[in-house]
Amino acid sequence: MAEIIIRNLRKEFGAFTAVQGSSFTIKDGEFFMLLGPSGCGKTTTLRMIAGLELPTSGEILIDGEDVSQKPASQRDIAMVFQMFALYPHMNVRKNISYPLVSQGMPKAQVQAKVAEVARILGIADILDKPVGGLSGGDRQRVALGRAIVRSPKAFMMDEPLGALDAEFREHMAEELRALHDRMKATTVYVTHDQLEAMQMGDKIVVMNHGVVEQFGTPQDIYDHPATLFVADFIGSPSMNFLRFEGSAPAGATSVQLGDTAMALPELQEAATGKLVLGVRPEHVALTDASPYRGRVEATEYLGTTQIVTLSTPHGQIKARTPAAQIATPGETVGLTLNARTLSLFDDTTGCAIRTAANAGVQHG
Amino acid sequence: MSAYSVTEPTRSSKWFAGLLVVAYTIITLLPLVWIIATGFKSGPDSISYPPKVVFEPSLEGYVNLFTTRTRIASDDFAALPPPETWYDQIVRDTGMVIAGQSRFGERFMNSVIIGFGSTFLSIFLGTLAAYAFSRFKVPLKDDLLFFILSTRMMPPIAVAIPIYLMYRELGLSDTHLGMILLYTAVNISLAVWLLKGFIDEIPREYEEAALIDGYTRFQAFRKVVLPQAATGIASTAIFCLIFAWNEYAFAVLLTSGNAQTAPPFIPTIIGVGGQDWPAVAAGATLFLLPVMIFTILLRKHLLRGITFGAVRK
Repeated sequence: MAEIIIRNLRKEFGAFTAVQGSSFTIKDGEFFMLLGPSGCGKTTTLRMIAGLELPTSGEILIDGEDVSQKPASQRDIAMVFQMFALYPHMNVRKNISYPLVSQGMPKAQVQAKVAEVARILGIADILDKPVGGLSGGDRQRVALGRAIVRSPKAFMMDEPLGALDAEFREHMAEELRALHDRMKATTVYVTHDQLEAMQMGDKIVVMNHGVVEQFGTPQDIYDHPATLFVADFIGSPSMNFLRFEGSAPAGATSVQLGDTAMALPELQEAATGKLVLGVRPEHVALTDASPYRGRVEATEYLGTTQIVTLSTPHGQIKARTPAAQIATPGETVGLTLNARTLSLFDDTTGCAIRTAANAGVQHG
Repeated sequence: MSAYSVTEPTRSSKWFAGLLVVAYTIITLLPLVWIIATGFKSGPDSISYPPKVVFEPSLEGYVNLFTTRTRIASDDFAALPPPETWYDQIVRDTGMVIAGQSRFGERFMNSVIIGFGSTFLSIFLGTLAAYAFSRFKVPLKDDLLFFILSTRMMPPIAVAIPIYLMYRELGLSDTHLGMILLYTAVNISLAVWLLKGFIDEIPREYEEAALIDGYTRFQAFRKVVLPQAATGIASTAIFCLIFAWNEYAFAVLLTSGNAQTAPPFIPTIIGVGGQDWPAVAAGATLFLLPVMIFTILLRKHLLRGITFGAVRK
């Protein structure tokens, strides 16, 4: 297994820059998520690590060795494709053993390896079937089998659950994570599904327009988004943004939102001009006493909780409140924002202002 | 009682469709049946009027096809020892004796060598070129593809004279190599275009998976792309073979003694006292066989090939 270091990785397709100078480190044994909307460069980054695209510039170090200009076959990496890419003219056994045959492994050893992998994945009974008739889940397992059979330095997964239906996806995600915990293999996983990334990843890189927006643990990224894009992209419903103009010096512990002083973690740098106060829906509470007021526009009942949409002097926000709390559309209520969880962004640059809470978080 | 269904054809429409197919089959197959039948007729039966549908089968045509015969004086004829073989007998019955072997076998072999040789070469080069066009960034790709296609925009025979002169200078006239190269040149544009379409449809992920699994680009091409392009290769091969096999004009112009193929040879079969129709029909029948066998062998692929794109996998 291996540590992968990406340094200033850049990829241009003609005039289009798919990835502009990404840098991050994937630790040995980490389940690493590349997350972002389609076209953000996450798949291109993965393909560069795998060796299917050569970077325009930058370094890719696998176990300390720069492989950025080496062909895929010499990188000792396995990949699971979105459409699985099982060889359609071979049966399951041949598909799984194919990477071993390429290494010239003796037949008996290949058989033993395939049997072991089949046992781990629970596909021993379908080894002699053609891949054409398999269900989505079994195809997925065969594709995984083909990847793990070789014990490569790292796994690349390009939206491997994208082709499965929603119900089965959940199940496969758990299976994948369990498999990873068991094998402790460095895994780089591309997805556009933020829930999948949060659920499975040890670390997440959020990309947008070829730029790394943030790099960190799911908790860091959720609680302390580094940019407005990340704040908006992660979470459902996404973070509320209260836009206002004002200024606060370094060391301030509140900002002036209209007539209300809104407490927030101590600022470590000065903020001025167009600012955005970010708050997750679950950190908005409806309390009559609060001086900051909003009008209830609508409610969505979700079982244990409900999403209340409110209009405030600084834009519409959503609050996640207990389902039992009564909120009638048209009524005006007080809003309390949980001070310790608030983020402050500079609206012009889109970047978060450093505070006591997000000080350790890594920007892209 | 059966419920009315939108998708299931009704009884009468099934009958109608069946009749249409049968009628079409008869119309298409009739000339073929006639040729095969004529091959088994005797000389007089083949030209009798009204045409004989029921006749006494004879192998005269086939024997005549493979032999040259001569008429000898009646005294000598009577003095001959009894015929040794069944084909001697057939020839004797027409009042002649076998003088030697005809050149049909040789011409037929020429057709096989040139037809299959050029088909193989077209497919070999076409597959490599199509793969490159499909997968790599080839400079001026679209222009090159158009250029390749443009070689088919005029009838090949339009350049017959320049080719004739070139071949004479290069010593390629009347050689197997010359004919193979010529048919390959004509077929390769078709092969590149058809095969590129087929290879385009094969997802790149398969090769990428193989590349990551430790195979080189060429190994991935050979072990992963080729098996999946089999359908396309088979149908392209059939088209190429049919062209090379049936080509007449260049064969007449460029071949004579050495590399002449069957198409220009068959019409020249002339018996004593006029065109030997049973022998010509026998030659045509035998000439049909290789293409038919080749097509039947690849039928499964061809069927998928010609409906390709219409039905998604």
